[in-house]
Amino acid sequence: MNSTTTTASVTNPSTMKAQPRTAKFWFGVALITISLLALPFVLAMIGTAWVRITNLAILFIFLSLGLNIVVGFAGLLDLGYIAFFGVGAYVYALLASPHFNIHLPFWIILPIGALTACFFGVILGAPTLKLRGDYLAIVTLGFGEIVRVFLNNLSRPINITNGPKGLAQIDPICIGSVSSNPYNCAGISFRGTDKFLGLDFSGPIKYYYLLLIFLIAVIIINKRLQDSRIGRAWEAIREDEIAARAMGINTTNVKLLAFAMGASFGGVAGGMFSAMQGFISPESFVLVESIMVLAMVVLGGMGNIWGVMLGAVLLSFVPELLRYTVEPFQKAVFGKMLVEPEVIRMLLFGLALVLVMLYRPSGILPSSVRQRSFANNSSAKA
Amino acid sequence: MDIFIQQIINGLTLGCVYAVVALGYTMVYGIIQLINFAHGDIVMIGAMMSFTVITSLLAANTGLPPLVILAIATAFAVPVCMLTAYVMEKVAYKPLRNAPRLAPLITAIGVSILLQHIAMLIWGRSPKGFPELIKLENYNIGGAVISNIQIGIILLSVAMMAGLVWLIYRTKMGVAMRATSQNQAVAGLMGVNVNKVITSTFTIGAGLAAVAGIMIGTYYSQAQYTMGELLGLKAFCAAVLGGIGNIAGAMLGGILLGLVEALGTGYIGDFTNNIFGSNYRDVFAFLVLILVLVFRPSGILGERVGDRA
Repeated sequence: MNSTTTTASVTNPSTMKAQPRTAKFWFGVALITISLLALPFVLAMIGTAWVRITNLAILFIFLSLGLNIVVGFAGLLDLGYIAFFGVGAYVYALLASPHFNIHLPFWIILPIGALTACFFGVILGAPTLKLRGDYLAIVTLGFGEIVRVFLNNLSRPINITNGPKGLAQIDPICIGSVSSNPYNCAGISFRGTDKFLGLDFSGPIKYYYLLLIFLIAVIIINKRLQDSRIGRAWEAIREDEIAARAMGINTTNVKLLAFAMGASFGGVAGGMFSAMQGFISPESFVLVESIMVLAMVVLGGMGNIWGVMLGAVLLSFVPELLRYTVEPFQKAVFGKMLVEPEVIRMLLFGLALVLVMLYRPSGILPSSVRQRSFANNSSAKA
Repeated sequence: MDIFIQQIINGLTLGCVYAVVALGYTMVYGIIQLINFAHGDIVMIGAMMSFTVITSLLAANTGLPPLVILAIATAFAVPVCMLTAYVMEKVAYKPLRNAPRLAPLITAIGVSILLQHIAMLIWGRSPKGFPELIKLENYNIGGAVISNIQIGIILLSVAMMAGLVWLIYRTKMGVAMRATSQNQAVAGLMGVNVNKVITSTFTIGAGLAAVAGIMIGTYYSQAQYTMGELLGLKAFCAAVLGGIGNIAGAMLGGILLGLVEALGTGYIGDFTNNIFGSNYRDVFAFLVLILVLVFRPSGILGERVGDRA
């Protein structure tokens, strides 16, 4: 958002090469790795529900990192991001469920989902990205509404989306098999519990590890993108579009690239969501969800990968915490529920968006601060 | 043919409401280039306030004639909406006037969420049914039917638009507003109190929105805390269609959008062999928006061509 961000990240690649990797750094990496690997088993001891919540949180980190490319890097406000998530989810559900009796394996569907979402991103972005940024916000919002209306109504005359009832019995992921049909999965099925090394690997735990691998891949892609030529072009456009154009950047194409890339991330996340939940309906892809993902990006710190991740983790767990604190608290104090946790959550979202913009426009972890505090860490990616 | 005329009448009524709401968007956009995302929610607050006033007056059995009750409801709703808009502008937009464009847009979304959920806390989640205040009377025009409420909405909208045009083109305040929208800095140098002009633009827009809310409430005889969201978006589409920042454009765009929506909803089934039905109603406004942005980004009457930032 401010000009110091740009200069700091431009000088970044030269400064971080000088940082040696100390033993302390490797110890930190090992500690994080072990705790991430052990986390699902600890959570499973409290309850499998918490593993699922964590999985959803990882999915939201994934989503907000995708949106971060659009909003954070390129500075384009996308208010219909969840539509791309929805497109990916429905692509997965249609290609791996009894609805059309197609059971393609997930490593084929995910690229299809990403490409479909990307295609929608391009047809939406091409006409609007030439215009002012705030038009884009409204058009994307309208696009989100259109997608939702179509998902709700494309059950007639040919039943494609099954309307508001949604699609159920979506195949869980099956690795190493050509058909994802859960009843003849030849490889590792993500349904049910497997014993391995004396540990119980339940369905959600398996998804946790898969999501973790995906997440690490996305973080690496994000980091590499940010420091690449394209990433710097995005940053230049965000700071001053006219200046960027004067420097020879084809602003429309570069913005379109950001938009398409963000959309494909959304598509992949949607596919994962579909497989994980086993059931999807248009209700999961409404405006509020778009705004929630946006709030994660804004609150954490637009353009800063670690900030965005922090924002996503915070906003994913806050509703759960509210559910476990607000309800008992109100019941104890007033004897009944006065304000539902859902409403408090939305009020907090709205308030957070306003307050963050007023007092800390670059988020909890702004990009420039990151340059100093994460200087050691960022060398790890090279 | 009578169905066609009927759709025209319905479209015109809806279009007038869109036009009144679109004026609020276009005035604010014309002056500070901000899409006031929460404008639709101001409409909702207007509808909700009038609902409260109307039901409590009816419950009190005052025996007042319906038009007086409506007037009292308006007299309550308009100042409340103006105050909301005033506070909103002071708290959420004014500090960000020189910030990057993304910042006030994000606070606007935040304000919109806040307004909706505060309204939900006050008025509840379920739709509020407006009492049938004015006895519905239908008149026949060439086989089609027009109700007294529809006539009232059209007349009131036209009157308000005329008043606004008078305000903008015939008063000192209007001159100040037009000067500010052309060049803030120079307007300030010429002695225009820019801050005051911006604030009054917000509050005038909110006043119009409040009346629009009452009209929508009586027309559909219900109001809900989420009603402003879609309505606001459609009105924004109308403003873009007419050429954002342009007062006449907002009126034209609003009426055109209302007609497109009514006719589209009425005929989509016939044209597509009933593959698509009236449940695609909400899609039209956004299709119009995207088409306008592709083929004529400045809108029908807009003059700000090529303004990229």
